[in-house]
Amino acid sequence: MTNLTEVFQNNKAFIPFVVADDPDFDTTVESILTLSKNGADIVELGIPFSDPVADGPVIQAADLRAFSAGVNTETIFEIVEKVRESSSIPLVFLTYANIPFKYDYDKFCRRCQELDISGLVIPDLPLEEQAEIKPYADEYDIALIPLIAPTSADRIEKIAQNATGFIYVVSSLGVTGIRDEIAIQNLSETIERIRQVTDLPAAIGFGIHSPEQARKLSEIADGIIIGSAVVKIISEGGTDVQNQLAQYSQSIRENLFE
Amino acid sequence: MKEMQKDTTDIRKYGQFGGQYIPETLVNEINAVSKAYDRYKNDPEFLAEFHDLLNNYANRPSLLYYAEKMSKDLGGAKIYLKREDLNHTGAHKINNVIGQALIAKRMGKTRLIAETGAGQHGVATATIAALFGMECEIFMGKKDTERQKLNVYRMQLLGAKVHAVTNGSMVLKDAVNATMQEWASRVDDTFYILGSAVGPYPFPEMVHDFQSVISKESKQQILEAEGKLPDMVVACVGGGSNAIGSFADYIDDEGVQLIGCEAAGKGVDTDQTAATIERGSVGIFHGMKSLFLQNDDGQIDKVYSISAGLDYPGVGPEHARLAELKRAQYVGITDDEAVNAFEYIAKTEGIIAAIESCHALAYVQKIAPKMSKDQIIVCTVSGRGDKDVSSIAKYRGVDIDD
Repeated sequence: MTNLTEVFQNNKAFIPFVVADDPDFDTTVESILTLSKNGADIVELGIPFSDPVADGPVIQAADLRAFSAGVNTETIFEIVEKVRESSSIPLVFLTYANIPFKYDYDKFCRRCQELDISGLVIPDLPLEEQAEIKPYADEYDIALIPLIAPTSADRIEKIAQNATGFIYVVSSLGVTGIRDEIAIQNLSETIERIRQVTDLPAAIGFGIHSPEQARKLSEIADGIIIGSAVVKIISEGGTDVQNQLAQYSQSIRENLFE
Repeated sequence: MKEMQKDTTDIRKYGQFGGQYIPETLVNEINAVSKAYDRYKNDPEFLAEFHDLLNNYANRPSLLYYAEKMSKDLGGAKIYLKREDLNHTGAHKINNVIGQALIAKRMGKTRLIAETGAGQHGVATATIAALFGMECEIFMGKKDTERQKLNVYRMQLLGAKVHAVTNGSMVLKDAVNATMQEWASRVDDTFYILGSAVGPYPFPEMVHDFQSVISKESKQQILEAEGKLPDMVVACVGGGSNAIGSFADYIDDEGVQLIGCEAAGKGVDTDQTAATIERGSVGIFHGMKSLFLQNDDGQIDKVYSISAGLDYPGVGPEHARLAELKRAQYVGITDDEAVNAFEYIAKTEGIIAAIESCHALAYVQKIAPKMSKDQIIVCTVSGRGDKDVSSIAKYRGVDIDD
């Protein structure tokens, strides 16, 4: 089983996000492989949901494309199986709570372990509700990667102390999506507070798209997560998608703070 | 019963249902709402202001009207109608909006946001925002803005900004998604007034408490009129706000049958339905664990009902619990049955009732003849039906638009 925390030990981590089955099975498999060969340290694979309340328009549209392709929970595991034929890139799922709940937490976590999925990010399962999945996540050694938001305030320490894998620091209020302005000062303070209570890495996500932003934020964090900007490249489609993904991925990798 | 309903170890839950399945961004804000609600719910000054507005602004207590013609025509139980349609703004929604807006005011909020289906909750929120001098933005599925145009204009007249939500199936569920997203992007000055008995704790509890005025009044009124409790209380259920308010004070009176009427759309066994309790399964959505119409993977279904207010894939956690405990029964009423009831109650009692409420009235039409003349039904008319006139005309193939 891949240890997520170790991934961060050698360098700042680049964590791109793609939606599973957007726009189809083969593209998702190829995109994960392309990203892994071009500088990604972990790939976050989004499980499409009918009502992605934490996501902005770009990722919502990707979810719809995946549904048009006929995605279901089994398809997503098959995508990972295919990736695993040729790559051991660390993978985490982003999923809304209802998907693993309906699949059955026990079965879902066991399946994750079989496919070397290292962790879960569940945006609608805050610390207070994690008890229902935690025993299974622990049993199968699946990290529960918590989100810390700009509004977390007095909750920061409690969340950080209970985290496994790494911590996902949300850069801005609202939903996922590309932003030009990200308030670095507040993020530094948040990360400082996290480091007071845990050795786990902290990665920043939400809004990041440019290599310049990636550089600045990687100065203060252990990794950066890029979702909408990657999904946007895939959405523009065409025969050149993998090339563009490779170039984009390299441009982020090269700009990360050493 | 209250102890059975509420989880004894976790006040946020009703048995396995309820909870707070919300993004981290909103956790502290919702905790602040819980804290404020805890502080004020038994505060005499707060309660005095709440009841003063209910009585002197919203026109409470609402009538408990003996529908004599209807009772005689159906030939069975005596039928009483709890007339929430006579409230200011024309529905039960105002009860809860006054309560939550008073909490918002005490929390120092200056901006109210809300989802709306049929538009009644949006109108009530826009009304109280106008009264309190607060900013107001309403999120409404685009499909609902089209079938409830009159209410859209009413909200605008009251000074609210109405956003037509174009995501998903463009109905109530999508309006809730959009309002939650708006709240997550701006929490400092904003309060989300949730209109139904759904969402994360403490919303289901606040809605229960503020709407329970319906059953507190009806109990007193029926005891005065008949000297005994009703045999049955009937209300329509979408998310379940008027139903929980209609049931609340009778839950411990086990002799009173509680019936919630869900929207069966084209039929409970079709895929054009919104009959959540009959057809749904346990899931996690909109901040709560409850029953939802969803597929085997946990993707939430697109649901259907002629009624924009009942067109919702979930139900409040307390209703899910009452159904599980078999303390309340939930039945599906089709579009056809509801439209027939719409016409029946208009011609029989001279009341144009909301199409939502007509789901409850349709059940009364079916059950009353099977009951004896010394039995009593209290049925909540949750709102008035002016807003539905043009869509009912359309359903009957009559074009009344210019």
